[in-house]
Amino acid sequence: MGLSGFEVSIERPTNGGGLATEDMTLSMGPQHPSTHGVLRFVVRADGEVMKEAIPDIGYLHRSIEKIAEKVGWHGFIPYTDRVDYVAAMFCNHAWGMAAEKLGGIEVPKRGEYCRVIADEFCRIMSHLISVGSMAMDIGAFTPFNHAIREREYINDLMEELCGARLTFHYMRIGGVGWDLPPGWSEKAVAFLDRFEPLIDEFDDLISFNKIFTERLVNVAVITPEEAIDYNLVGPNLRGSGVKYDVRKDEPYSIYRDVEFDVPVGRGELGTLGDCFDRYIVRMREMRESCRIIRQCLKQIPDGPVIAKVPRNFKPPAGDTYVRVESARGDQGWYVVSDGTAFPYRCRIRTGSFTAISMIQKVSRNLMLADLIAVIASFDLVAPEIDR
Amino acid sequence: MALDAAAIHTALRARFGEIIGDVAGTGTNASASVPPDRIHEVCAFAKTDPALGFDCLSNLSGVDYPKKSAIQVVYHLFSYKHRHHFVLKVDAVRDDPVVQTVSDLWSTADWNEREVFDLLGVRFSGHADLRRILMPEDWPGHPLRKDFVEPEEYHGIPTSRESLLKA
Repeated sequence: MGLSGFEVSIERPTNGGGLATEDMTLSMGPQHPSTHGVLRFVVRADGEVMKEAIPDIGYLHRSIEKIAEKVGWHGFIPYTDRVDYVAAMFCNHAWGMAAEKLGGIEVPKRGEYCRVIADEFCRIMSHLISVGSMAMDIGAFTPFNHAIREREYINDLMEELCGARLTFHYMRIGGVGWDLPPGWSEKAVAFLDRFEPLIDEFDDLISFNKIFTERLVNVAVITPEEAIDYNLVGPNLRGSGVKYDVRKDEPYSIYRDVEFDVPVGRGELGTLGDCFDRYIVRMREMRESCRIIRQCLKQIPDGPVIAKVPRNFKPPAGDTYVRVESARGDQGWYVVSDGTAFPYRCRIRTGSFTAISMIQKVSRNLMLADLIAVIASFDLVAPEIDR
Repeated sequence: MALDAAAIHTALRARFGEIIGDVAGTGTNASASVPPDRIHEVCAFAKTDPALGFDCLSNLSGVDYPKKSAIQVVYHLFSYKHRHHFVLKVDAVRDDPVVQTVSDLWSTADWNEREVFDLLGVRFSGHADLRRILMPEDWPGHPLRKDFVEPEEYHGIPTSRESLLKA
């Protein structure tokens, strides 16, 4: 929250005695419906054209990293849910992985499968919110209803799995809290059978709808070099054509044992790396997630779902950096242990944080209404930015 | 071609000599220390050298170590070109931590350095826009320091309250 209060400033450029135009400074947010959380932009515009949009963040800062130092290794898991509550499972997973790596704990195979099944359902949930709200922000309300309706099924599945619909606290250090309940796999497959054809329907309804795509194609083009320079991750990076997915390129958990493709932007309707490419990558990733879940449900072995981990867990002193492919891309957790029952330091580098840092650059000379499309195409989630 | 940690360390040592510390850790967590006033040139070399090719700063963290009176800034480098990792660690003097900026090398460092400045009070020399980012501008102190004490109030707003429950 580094920007001082909102003041209207007017500059009077002199252009050779001709008609002078005035720059306007506008405050967008923090309570703007399309900012997906509490998030503010200071926009300098000349009419409808933005000169720049400066993000102002921190409204949702809860010092989660500091809390980690106070609550202990097990106690921090519910807090990780709150880092990114639209895709809480991945933060659970990353924290578990970091603690296991420091403590030298091996997760039982069945536990890993449960994790990946939960992860991929969570990815679909998050992407449904992303593509649905993107359509809504641009003015199409119906797709959002379709997306939320489907997400509700996954909410129900998650509730049966772990008792929670949003902030799951499903994973533990060493595995997961509960095994798949009886009959759950059949319900999950029944949902996938229903959901997969609906992705096609969603594509017909909105993805290639000219009214929708016109708002996205060729807007806020990001080259692969820029994306890497700003450390864009996940669908935002792949939208620019960089084929990199942590699940594929540095496989963790059991991602080595499943087959899936990594969709990347191709500039198929306009320029490579525009808002449409970032959007369509998410649509295609949902199909891949369905593929992964189906394979996992077939391959899942019997056995325990959690390793024996002492209640008073004290990993040896050291540090580790783990990365998981969250719905918003490569999420990096740098965790330091000093050998006590409390983590010494936990730093969370999130996809939304690096993406929003790029807005000032990409918003230059866009129309004001396009800023909404850009925010939506980055899939920004404010709590994940501020932590 | 992906290099292992030892090869990356050898390449850095060959160019900079003893200012690059010994390798600690293994695999993707392998790290080496660098003095705070040399980090920029080391990073510039790591980025531009064709064999190293670290085109991405994956993470930049700050850690407070009051016992060795240092604030450590940790750089997790990653190369999309070669798909290899390396970690650089810089120990800044805790009483007056100053570290060279790398925001001109990787744009992502801009906001990450602002966050480390905000939460740990490390000044990044050469940074064009070093302002607080998460905390309010007038917040006292740096919350992620180990000796940080939460103020009792902020602009008349108490930061804690007594429990309403009575025995």
